[in-house]
Amino acid sequence: MGTGFEFKPRILGFLCNWCCYAGADLAGVSRYQYPPHIRVIRLMCSGRVDLAFILRAFSNGTDGVFIGGCWLGECHYITEGNYDALSMMHLCRKLLEHIGVNPDRLRLEWVSASEGIRFAEIMNDFTRKLKELGPLGIGEGRDVNGLKLKLEAARNLVPYIKLVERERLRVHFDTEDEYNEFFTSDEVNWLFDELIGDKLSLSQIMLLLRERPLSTGEISEILGLSLSEVSRHLNISARKGLTRFSERQKRFAPA
Amino acid sequence: MVVGGGISGIQAALDLATAGYKVYLVEKSPTIGGKMAQLDKTFPTNDCSMCIESPKFIECDRHPNIEILTYTEVDGIEGEAGDFKVKLIKKPRYIIEGRCTGCTTCVEYCPVPAGDPFNQNLSNTKAVRIYFAQAIPLVTYIDPETCLYLEDGKCTICEGVCKNDAIDLHQTAEKVEVRVGAIVLSPGYEVFDPKLRGDYGYGKFENVVTSLDFERLLCASGPFEGEILRPSDMKHPHNIAWIHCVGSRRVTPGDNSYCSAVCCTYTQKQVILTKDHDAEARATIFHNDIRSYGKGFERFYQRAENLPGVRFIRSYVSIGKEIPESKNVTIRYSTTEEGVKEEEFDLVVLSVGMNPPADVEGLANTFGIELNSHGFLKTNPANPIETSRPGIFVSGAFQGPMDIPESVMTASGAASYCGQLLSCRRGKLSKERMYPPERDVSEEEPRVGVFVCHCGANIGRVVDVPSVVEYALTLDNVVHAQENLFSCSTDAAEQISNTIREKGLNRVVVAACTPRTHEPLFRDTLREGGINQYFFDMANIREHCSWVHSREKEDATEKAKDIVRMSVARTLSLQPLQEFDLPVSKTGLVVGGGLAGMTSALSLANQGFEVHLVEKDTDLGGMARRIHFTLEGLDVQAYLRDVIRKVYQHPLIHVSHDATITDVSGYVGNFITTVESEGRVKVIHHGATILATGADEYRPTEYLYGEGRVLTLLELEEQIARGEERLINSQSLVMIQCVGCREEDRNYCARVCCSQAIKNALKLREINPRMDIYILYRDMMTYGLSEDYYREASDKDVKFIRYEAHDKPQVEAVEEDGQSILRVTVTDPILGQTLAIDADSLALAAAVIPSAGSQEISRLFKVPLSPEGFFQEAHVKLRPVDFAADGVFLCGIAHYPKHISETISQAYGAAGRAVTILSKDSVIASGAICEVNESECVGCGACQSVCQYGAIELHDTRQGKKARVIPVLCKGDGLCNAKCPTGAISLKHYTDEEVFRQIDAAVPALRGEVRSQRIENRIV
Repeated sequence: MGTGFEFKPRILGFLCNWCCYAGADLAGVSRYQYPPHIRVIRLMCSGRVDLAFILRAFSNGTDGVFIGGCWLGECHYITEGNYDALSMMHLCRKLLEHIGVNPDRLRLEWVSASEGIRFAEIMNDFTRKLKELGPLGIGEGRDVNGLKLKLEAARNLVPYIKLVERERLRVHFDTEDEYNEFFTSDEVNWLFDELIGDKLSLSQIMLLLRERPLSTGEISEILGLSLSEVSRHLNISARKGLTRFSERQKRFAPA
Repeated sequence: MVVGGGISGIQAALDLATAGYKVYLVEKSPTIGGKMAQLDKTFPTNDCSMCIESPKFIECDRHPNIEILTYTEVDGIEGEAGDFKVKLIKKPRYIIEGRCTGCTTCVEYCPVPAGDPFNQNLSNTKAVRIYFAQAIPLVTYIDPETCLYLEDGKCTICEGVCKNDAIDLHQTAEKVEVRVGAIVLSPGYEVFDPKLRGDYGYGKFENVVTSLDFERLLCASGPFEGEILRPSDMKHPHNIAWIHCVGSRRVTPGDNSYCSAVCCTYTQKQVILTKDHDAEARATIFHNDIRSYGKGFERFYQRAENLPGVRFIRSYVSIGKEIPESKNVTIRYSTTEEGVKEEEFDLVVLSVGMNPPADVEGLANTFGIELNSHGFLKTNPANPIETSRPGIFVSGAFQGPMDIPESVMTASGAASYCGQLLSCRRGKLSKERMYPPERDVSEEEPRVGVFVCHCGANIGRVVDVPSVVEYALTLDNVVHAQENLFSCSTDAAEQISNTIREKGLNRVVVAACTPRTHEPLFRDTLREGGINQYFFDMANIREHCSWVHSREKEDATEKAKDIVRMSVARTLSLQPLQEFDLPVSKTGLVVGGGLAGMTSALSLANQGFEVHLVEKDTDLGGMARRIHFTLEGLDVQAYLRDVIRKVYQHPLIHVSHDATITDVSGYVGNFITTVESEGRVKVIHHGATILATGADEYRPTEYLYGEGRVLTLLELEEQIARGEERLINSQSLVMIQCVGCREEDRNYCARVCCSQAIKNALKLREINPRMDIYILYRDMMTYGLSEDYYREASDKDVKFIRYEAHDKPQVEAVEEDGQSILRVTVTDPILGQTLAIDADSLALAAAVIPSAGSQEISRLFKVPLSPEGFFQEAHVKLRPVDFAADGVFLCGIAHYPKHISETISQAYGAAGRAVTILSKDSVIASGAICEVNESECVGCGACQSVCQYGAIELHDTRQGKKARVIPVLCKGDGLCNAKCPTGAISLKHYTDEEVFRQIDAAVPALRGEVRSQRIENRIV
């Protein structure tokens, strides 16, 4: 009967073995129904979720990524990896935003082993939100391949981002609010732009140039960056010997 | 044999079985779990009760040395310690246990609704049912009182729908006889039933419930899925009252004179949880003393009290009436400010206490043991775990009302007692499983076998299983796929191992239920099939698919295919991992030569292990040297002398005096501790450590302490024991409680002082009947059976005057008629009057405080301290004598202040736990731990900085610093892996490559690409 096609969001979930996975099991045992869109990967701790996992998932065209861990203070391990998952999630959302992926596509929740109903409710709610957002890229009004390129650029930066995280963004608070506050603070925004933002743009340019030589104007158009920004990055990269300008083609190419 | 499958029985069974004894775990109800399984959360951490208990069920179930006999009662017992003959009656379940798979199809089709006893009959189940979802064994039983067939011979629907022919409506009771060497009794307790007399309108007014009813209401697996709905109209109550001490602390017939010890704190837990459910809810708690005597209880009480909308009112109450329209209930109470009031509540919760187990006389007769006047077991304060019959020991609440941690530690203690009796036979009956040799598959291409389970109808009714099998066969590297009705059944498991051998499989995927319960079973199946157990992955298509998408069959089938594809993709990268054995040094180290340490050392030595006992002082005895008698009348000094003598005489115990520990290294099974003692240095190799370093007494700075007539309670006791004339001839003596604790800087109750005060008061009363004795207190913490002594003191005219924390008593030295007296002024909050008492002597209940050396010990043994400064156990409820660090245990007042009999119990408990390690030849460490690829490691230390387990060290190589994993310390959480910038450290079994494969396989369209594209897990 319907004329349109129903959008079924693809969701990938990383659940910690001890709380959220057990909560999802309990949802099953209790027969709480939720939409069949999530595919689950079981890990021992939400702290094991690597930034690269999330970027790879989005890069594969996944519409939403879900991380489920134990409530703060209830981690099965004394390493309390769920705090790190929270930091990583905030950082990743900033990256996604920078790239042009709606950060609401990444969601982290605490679900204890006894909260089967909560798991089902979150699945219902996340599915609804993702349906509102629409498919990855299309929902953002962006070219899917462009986004892929940007996500790949970000993936290339993961080792560097991990270093930055350790040196500058490693914090420990007791409450989620404090994390929110910290990661939206001017200081962190500035640090992010200064330390990661530029690198990310450069990484994208390098990826593009590896495909074929391009002019400043072409790069600016593909990546949606201003001309002056692109030339700034190209200047820096030329100085570092990463790119060169081919006089013949009037294009930039990798050195 | 362990009788009683509650948490205490479970722990005793596990400790004994792990130490190498064959254990029969006998439980009269259809599943193990006991009362704890019914609780929603546990105080003071508010952990989900079932979540922390159910892993123990599975451990019991899978333990090769434990035989669980549920729905079974003990009928008779003959013989003596070391050789008992026990007659058991297995009640008919009307289900063949070996055939039932717990699929619950019969429950679904059963036409008879019946009250659900697990949910306190607040909701319905069927006449055939599983007791609760996590039951062990996970099989159904038929309630003969509601089953139509068993009642009237009508209806056999269940027989018809059971595909496994597991239903046998003609089953009869079966007699079994077992021979055992020792018996642990853990029958637990019954909940006080207010229905018998209709206390507080229970049974008459719908909206009066017991605290256990309320516990089920709170619980997500409860009657209303965790919504608090009141019985009369299924609406959310917003104004709830709790009434304390229902059935407890009263001498009226039918009530119990003792204190039930847990109700104060569980009520606070329920208040906190209620506020979590409904932030607007108002809670009123009518209480007597608040007994926050346990570890963390005082802070927990404050947490509840400080919530908005929560009132704690100290008042006796009576129930008023039920309002006909709203079914609300009124309560009459009185306050000092406003006099008697009547107030209306939406719901009233009765904080009911504990009774002895049902038919306790019958139990006592069967086992030939004596009871005390309350109907609990008669125990000896010096040996609280022994019964009056040799070879029969007791654990848990049958000793008297107690909380979960005490139940667990007495269980380990009872295991230790059994060990002392039976140590020569340890390991004789214990079983180890034998497996065929493991095939080396490193040179083989992956050959994956996929087994898709119908789980009766649980999966098959929603997911199109044959199409999933067909699909699996199209996946790369899959060489075999088939369906099973029940993959977990014994014959299916056997068939899987045969297929592994016949088809040369080297990877196995079982698409069925959750790996959290069934992975160990299938890993075992792989070992049986001769391949490494880590070549296995479970695709959860039941809990995560068929059960939650039962109306979307097509989508669910698609999802099942995706899940299988992800699993197959993952298995391709799996590596064979070895669980490694570490040899165990069969020697124990006990730090601290007080009563706790000596008791543990003796128990270990009596079980045949060599023990080093290290004491910092010149003499053994510790704090107990200053205690002369107990409430129950134990002559502590005589007992202590006896214990010290036994320690010195025991050939297996080596004592070091004046000792300082200078260095500790190693790990479970292999610790190396360096001790300096009397000028010599000893290096001790030991497999397990027990910390029993004791505590100190607070030196008061208040109430004129330092003046000769002002004493601490311990000093008072010494003077009583010495018969100090001045003290004994005092006309008037005042004791002030809570000195140096329950205050901001020492925010805990020191647990023992109230009983100590009463003990000394009763002793003085005996010596000098004319002395006026006053005890100024905040809340009398005479929990459990010591409540009787409080009553006795009160009857013997010891005057108890309560004071408020903000209005403490004042003490001054005044000269009157040429005599110097101590004048104590205190405001009685009930009378509102200030009283002045002239005292000849003053005793201060000075707090028990953490021992001065605890920080150093904490540093050396890498074990944490609690906020109070006492040692912090691994889990406050279920691992009360363990530390998070494996192989290190804890007992005595180093853990928290406690009475002598509690210390002795705990000391046996610590010994029982230590034996579970010392009795083994080796300890097994999991294979799923981290490893470092040195060529990728840049030595940045990112991994080391996040590993709280200290499992990563940096070492020097020619290429600079490199990280290295200490396998025994690694717990496999993998945080380091996520932090490593170069991908040099990886968590085995959850490597980047394995996860990336799953991520890629989650997208159907990418399937083809995955294999062609080399997986880049490190992009630098």
